[in-house]
Amino acid sequence: MSQNPKLEDVPGVRRLGGEAVFQSPWEARSFAMALSLAGEGRYGWEEFRARLIAEINRQGQAEARQAYYESWLKAFERLLADKGLLSPGELESKVAELAAAAPPRGAHGHGGNS
Amino acid sequence: MSNQHRNAPAPDLSLRVKALEAILVEKGLLDPQTLDLLIDAYENKVGPRNGARVVARAWVDPAYKDRLLSDATAAIAELGYGGLEGAYMRVVENTPTVHNLVVCTLCSCYPWPVLGLPPVWYKSAPYRSRAVSDPRGVLREFGLELGPEVEIRVWDSSAEQRYMVLPERPGGTAHLSEEQLAALVTRDSMIGVAKVKAPATR
Repeated sequence: MSQNPKLEDVPGVRRLGGEAVFQSPWEARSFAMALSLAGEGRYGWEEFRARLIAEINRQGQAEARQAYYESWLKAFERLLADKGLLSPGELESKVAELAAAAPPRGAHGHGGNS
Repeated sequence: MSNQHRNAPAPDLSLRVKALEAILVEKGLLDPQTLDLLIDAYENKVGPRNGARVVARAWVDPAYKDRLLSDATAAIAELGYGGLEGAYMRVVENTPTVHNLVVCTLCSCYPWPVLGLPPVWYKSAPYRSRAVSDPRGVLREFGLELGPEVEIRVWDSSAEQRYMVLPERPGGTAHLSEEQLAALVTRDSMIGVAKVKAPATR
């Protein structure tokens, strides 16, 4: 694995202390959403933490590779459902709606794979 | 261990998260600008440079160091740092015979105001279990070999208590300013998986 000696100099990469804080934008949004709703008083931060711990434990040793923010997102979704802020099936419907609206990926792709 | 987080690609949950955000915005529960501000804060503003300043201050000011060791939350607040996940701070001091290591065995409790968000390896199952069961081995994997005369103390963080390590000041730094000292202090030294190195001699 190559080492980047001056990570701070790499443009467009957000780093503090030498490595990316979030591996991808969805991690950052998930993080911020959980904080934001707690800040609004929709639930206590400790309620979120309890669910995060539960999700991390749920994955078990075999799935230790599950990304941390997957657990975070699942914990957040469960908490929203428990608080009545997210109805069953609501998220899946919205995912389908956005997927249908999005332009097809790869059909006019940049990659050149056919 | 430290660079293994790239072994398997994480699933792309972009669409799911976009959908969730859209729902919450539609319900008036979320303001996208708030999200942008939070993300900006933790990507660009809140990070280990804060803790490094705390460490450097403790190194140059013995009275500050005493305050830091007896009431870390208040002493850290003197430098203007505090807030979420930093309400119950304790700073533990490394000495020639005591080396401290911080972990959160259950999830990822970490002192955000002074260190920012934790690195991927800190949140990993191997670190969370082995820091407690085999701290010497963990440190060895990080390239830190400690002699048998050094006692290793492992601190398990929780909602009730966050820890930051006050690393030893390296030798050969008497001539450095507080700012120059802070520049030497790494995030890893404040978690306890590394020591602070003196600037390379010419």
